[in-house]
Parts: sequence; C-alpha cells; structure tokens
Amino acid sequence: MAYSEKVLDHYENPRNVGKMDAKNLDVGTGMVGAPACGDVMRLQIKVNGEGVIEDAKFKTYGCGSAIASSSLLTEWVKGKTLEEAQQIKNSQIAEELALPPVKVHCSVLAEDAIKAAVTDYHEKRNQGES
Amino acid sequence: MKLPIYMDYSATTPVDPRVAEMMCSFLTPDGTFGNPASRSHQFGWDADDAVEEARRQVASLINANPKEIVWTSGATESDNLAIKGVAHFYSKRGKHLITCKTEHKAVLDTCRQLEREGFEITYLDPEPNGLVDLQKLEAALREDTILVSIMHVNNEIGVIQDVAAIGELTRSRKILFHVDAAQSAGKVPIDMDTMKIDLLSVCAHKIYGPKGIGALYVRRKPRVRLEAQIHGGGHERGMRSGTLASHQIVGMGEAFRIAEEEMAQENARLMTLRSRLWDGLKDMEEVYLNGDLEHRVAGNLNVSFAFVEGESLIMALKDIAVSSGSACTSSSLEPSYVLRALGREDELAHSSIRFTIGRFSTAEEVDYVVDLVRDQVTRLREMSPLWDMFKDGVDLKTVQWAAH
Repeated sequence: MAYSEKVLDHYENPRNVGKMDAKNLDVGTGMVGAPACGDVMRLQIKVNGEGVIEDAKFKTYGCGSAIASSSLLTEWVKGKTLEEAQQIKNSQIAEELALPPVKVHCSVLAEDAIKAAVTDYHEKRNQGES
Repeated sequence: MKLPIYMDYSATTPVDPRVAEMMCSFLTPDGTFGNPASRSHQFGWDADDAVEEARRQVASLINANPKEIVWTSGATESDNLAIKGVAHFYSKRGKHLITCKTEHKAVLDTCRQLEREGFEITYLDPEPNGLVDLQKLEAALREDTILVSIMHVNNEIGVIQDVAAIGELTRSRKILFHVDAAQSAGKVPIDMDTMKIDLLSVCAHKIYGPKGIGALYVRRKPRVRLEAQIHGGGHERGMRSGTLASHQIVGMGEAFRIAEEEMAQENARLMTLRSRLWDGLKDMEEVYLNGDLEHRVAGNLNVSFAFVEGESLIMALKDIAVSSGSACTSSSLEPSYVLRALGREDELAHSSIRFTIGRFSTAEEVDYVVDLVRDQVTRLREMSPLWDMFKDGVDLKTVQWAAH
C-alpha cells in the first residue's frame, strides 16, 4: 500500500508521543479502539483555566495511518478551546493525510479519541466539584 | 549488501540464473520454440523432447513415474484440478471431503465452491503448533468420504505435516489423499514410491523456477481418475487441455533438477541462517514463535511481536521485504486466518511477521534484519499504549475495549 508523504512524515517523526498522569484533574484521557481490531489510540490533553488545550500527548497501537492520524490530531488540538477541538472532523484528518478509503477508519478513531478525551476531562471536573 | 533485502521467499523466489538461461533458448527463432503438440515436423519433436525431459526431472524430484505428471499453470490450478476433479468424478461414491483450516486459499476456496455444488466439507482445526492431529483426522473420516486434502508445508508458518502417516490412514480406508506441496517440493524430501499420496500439487516459482507453471501428480497405481476442468485439444491425456508452455516447462524441469541436486546442502545452510535469525530475536520480551520449530521447513520463521501492530511494523521494516500474514491477504485488514486457527489471540495474529529466507540470502542480511527489527519493535512499543499498560502490569484481557 502506498502511503502519502504526510503519513510517512508523521509515522517516521511522530509529534507529541507520550503519557500524562491520567489522575490529574486538568488532564483528559481518551482511549479508543481495541487490540483485536488492530488499533488502539490513547489521546491525552492538558487543559488550562481558560478551557484551552495547552498540551497534548498520544500513544497509538496501529497501522501507519492510525499513528499519523493521532500525531496530526495532537498538533491540531494544541491551543484550541475544548469546544473548538470537538469540532474537528475525521474528514479533515483524512483529507490532510490523503488517507485511502480503506484507512478512513483511522481518522474516525482520532475523532473519537478527542471527543473521549474532552468527555473524560469534563466528567473528572464534575466529579471533583461534587 | 543491497537494500531492500528480500526475505519473502515463500511468496515467490527469483528465477535461478541457470533456469533463466535455459528458458531463453525456448523462445526465439533460433531456439526450440515449436509447439510440443506438433507431430509433423522437427520443431514440434524437439519441443516435445524438451517437455518430456522436464517431466522426467519433475518426476525424479518426487520419485514418481513421469507419466504421473500433468502440467498446469501453477499450484492453484493443480489444487483445483485435484479437488474438483476427484469430487466430480467420484461424487456417486460419496460427497464428503476433509481438509484443514490452515490450508492455502486455493484449497479452501475450491472446497467452498464444492459446498455450493452440494458437497459436504469438514474443516479440521490444527493443533496449536499448526500440525494436524491424526486421531482427529481419523475420527472425521466417514463412509462417504472421498478425499482428504492436507498441505505438506504451510505457507505462513512453515510447519511440515506428516503426510506419510496421513497417507497410510487414507489408503487403508480407500479414501483418496491430495497434498498441496507448493511450499515443500525441493525443500522437504518427497517419495511417491513410499508415500501413499494420490495427488500432489507442485509449482515452479517457489523453488527458483518461473511463475505460471506447475504440475499435478496423479497416481497410476492404484489408478486415480479425474474429471477435467479445462477442455480442449485433449493434451495431458485429456486431464488438462491447452498448448504446453514449453519455455516455462523446461524452466520448471531445470529448477527441479537443481533442487534435487542441491536440496541437502541448501537446507543445511538455510537452517544455519534461520537459527541465526531466531537467536537474534528470541531473547526480546514478548516475542512468540508461530508454529512448531522442529517440524518446520528450513527457510521459514514466523514471529509475533506482542503490542506492536503488524502493518506498522512492516512499514518500519521498509528496507526488508517480509510479509504479515500471507501475500494473498496482506492487502486486507484481517489478521491471518492461519494464526487464528492455531488459537492465537487476534492481537498476536495482528503482530506477526513472516520471514522466509532462501538461496540468495546471506548471514550479513540476517544480521542487518535482526538489528533493524529490534530497533523498530522497541520504537513502536514506546509508541504503543498497550505496551505501557503491559509494563504497568495491566492484564489487557480484563480491559473493556470499545470494538469498532
């Protein structure tokens, strides 16, 4: 399968690989996918007092397109508000990385990951306050 | 050392230069280009002589009578001819066939077609090491079983089935036995004089011959009958019509001649290289060998690297040509059906790499591959959330995954 240059770039030089403390109240964690399906993505965001994503980290088990989708996503969400980050659509990721149809599910997973991370952040906040 | 390094000899092999040279002399105007079926002139007679010499060479490798060799376009066609040919000819005797879940698609898909035609197929589960349990096979035999089809060497995991023992069993029950030997001919000794195999599929391109040519061994004593699948001029005693591809046939003959001569020393050399490769990888954490190590063809090593996804690993190993699953299925996202049939979890099936080495592989190449694989598996694991969890002591089986 031929990969686009952007996929190869992110795959070979992934941005923001890493792990944050999931227990931290200003960290939101989204883990999506399943090992049996061949991809698992963990996206973590660090949110400041203004509701802006200050930092993002990922780790991904999956094909090159899955790794590239999550790497690109961490770049995109940094500096965005939570609302803005949730607006990111898988089609934008697929377009940017020129993913072939058979790999579009990788971008869907990335969209799910940011949504899950934001949800996790809100849930922890709500629990922390109550 | 040239990059990329070829380690996919089970997908296909380069043609041995000695074979290629031979083939060229059967194409051009000054060569032996005639139609072997032309009975009225020298061109035809010469081509026929060459084809019959190649038939003797192919027969010799498996210790058979040349009259038992039928030329085909390759092992897929041989499998089709053997299985459909027997099923159609003997359907009045019974409509039950037995095969194994780890067979090549050429056998499995042919069986699926027969199911659509009203035949009943039993698909045996292999043992976790990839081998068929003879007792389970015996238990599956029925009064109306007409054929058992079991491959000699598996294309993905390289395990060698005990076809001699299976043959004893089937012959004693007067059931025909077909063996797909595409991956074993020239690599594992085959003796049709002692082995009670009735039909055997072979091809040239797995053993340094050209693509597009193969043969089906059809036993004469006791005689095996087939219904032809391709009709026409009645070539190959009516079993397979079509003008013989003489240049490919002589290529296959030469490839089999060389294999017969060099098999013993080549196997010893490949075994040394394969051990060098496995020794270089086996001390890594969470590395699993797929398939039995002892009953295994010399050139094959199939390894699962847990917590790393196979396709991304193949991408990381772009300087080496290897495959994840079989070449026929690597364009799909499905994990290998062969590894699944062994009972491997999907994760490990997804993380498998097949290394197959051959005649032109070197120790230098093996060392390069070992270093590259170790580096890249480490890199990808550092990027893998599953590896993190494993290191943190999380049992991944207890995690509720959102399947997608």
